[in-house]
Amino acid sequence: MAMLEVKNLEVYYGVIQAIKGISFEVNEGEVIALIGANGAGKTTTLATITGMIRPSAGEILFEGTDISKIPGHKIVSMGMAHVPEGRRVFAELSVYENLKLGAYTRKNKAEIAESLERVYKSFPRLEERKNQLAGTLSGGEQQMLAMGRALMSKPKIILMDEPSMGLSPILVEEIFNIVKEISASGTTVLLVEQNAKKALSIADRAYVLETGNIVLSGDAKEMMNNDSIKKAYLGE
Amino acid sequence: MNFLSYLINGISLGSVYAIIALGYTMVYGIAKMLNFAHGDVIMVGCYVTFLTMSRQGWHPLPAVLLSMVVCTALGITIEKIAYKPLRRAIPLAVLITAIGVSYFLQNAALLIFGADTKSFTSVVTLPALKLADGALTISGTTIVTVVACIVIMVALSLFIKKTKAGQAMLAVSEDKDAAQLMGVNVNATISLTFAIGSGLAAIAGVLFCSAYPTLTPYTGSMPGIKAFTAAVFGGIGSIPGALIGGILLGIIEILGRAYISSQLSDAIVFAVLIIVLLVKPTGILGKKMQEKV
Repeated sequence: MAMLEVKNLEVYYGVIQAIKGISFEVNEGEVIALIGANGAGKTTTLATITGMIRPSAGEILFEGTDISKIPGHKIVSMGMAHVPEGRRVFAELSVYENLKLGAYTRKNKAEIAESLERVYKSFPRLEERKNQLAGTLSGGEQQMLAMGRALMSKPKIILMDEPSMGLSPILVEEIFNIVKEISASGTTVLLVEQNAKKALSIADRAYVLETGNIVLSGDAKEMMNNDSIKKAYLGE
Repeated sequence: MNFLSYLINGISLGSVYAIIALGYTMVYGIAKMLNFAHGDVIMVGCYVTFLTMSRQGWHPLPAVLLSMVVCTALGITIEKIAYKPLRRAIPLAVLITAIGVSYFLQNAALLIFGADTKSFTSVVTLPALKLADGALTISGTTIVTVVACIVIMVALSLFIKKTKAGQAMLAVSEDKDAAQLMGVNVNATISLTFAIGSGLAAIAGVLFCSAYPTLTPYTGSMPGIKAFTAAVFGGIGSIPGALIGGILLGIIEILGRAYISSQLSDAIVFAVLIIVLLVKPTGILGKKMQEKV
């Protein structure tokens, strides 16, 4: 059984259909890339999975349970974290307070402290700036904070929306290395990216989304060599 | 000595405004709406205290506690029935609804309690403090009001800084969607904010009526609007701003009444609002909205 299974998902914004009946699955331990152009529906798909938007049809099975009707705030404690597009850190709160909020659904203080240790280890810069307001961090640091904050809920699966957006090439490299590390530590990853080349380079499998439909899917390495993908998304 | 006594009265009145302003500012911070019914919640709290204390002969403490419970429940109910369905509506719709709720509460009170003015007995039994050979008298109500304001401010700041629920309130006020992604129940957090604001309104109302002991269904509306002015003055959305705005406004009102004109004192208060909005639209401690891309 797949860890996350999306079946015939349809999402509307008013009368406009943003997602037109897509199906895909994410197995435990995989890194799955969801690639596509601006407006293809990538962000909408993630937002629907974590309950920020309600689908009009279809099912979202997380470990066998349909979560499409569960209130969004309850999905986190089931083991799913979402790093939203644009990072959305709490600018008026300190780095430490942001991370604590990441563990909002958890109760065991010792375990939370342990997760905090681990996040500080993966992102030493966050520890250096733990008392600084998140709004004063650089873009790259905010992205690290957003990822660290998501990890604080100790998720089984982490959904990441455009983690490389607006970052310099060196930072993009760093962020993708972190995604690899997160995956290596046993967390399943569903990655939405416009930077298709980078995404495919670290993903196991990928789905290509085009105006609300999945038009292509398969092994990430094979996709990198696919001519039409190269032309449309890799700029070659 | 006169000036000093005016100043103390101003701080006392300002403390009441500050406690009421907290309700405005917290609700604004979290729900991005101006709850114009807030002033009338105060009035309901005063009637509860009046009925239990003056009519039933209750001790002031349980009377005030009961009025806090009633106001808290009222605040939550108003939010559930009137504002929650409008969560994604345009701000103007919410504002008009709030004004509607305000009129509803006033007229319901008119129907239930009648239009006649009730004379409110102070809940404070503390004797007045006489200083400088009796030249300066500070009433017990004044002392209790200022102390209550300080205690509330400290307790609220600690609650927001130190507790999980407080941090959730900050998170929701900054970004509802991101807060939900942390597992915060946004609706419950908004309810909690209304509950706290309304509970504090009950205390403010009782203190206000103890100092100005006339109670009618419209009693809450003037202090409500002035506290709103205080919240804007201090910077709406900011808790220390509510304190500073409230105290300053109280002092301005009392000094204006004493030295300029007692009839113009309200006009002076609102002139302050106009000037603040012209010079610094965000208020004393208000921050500019900025977004990092």
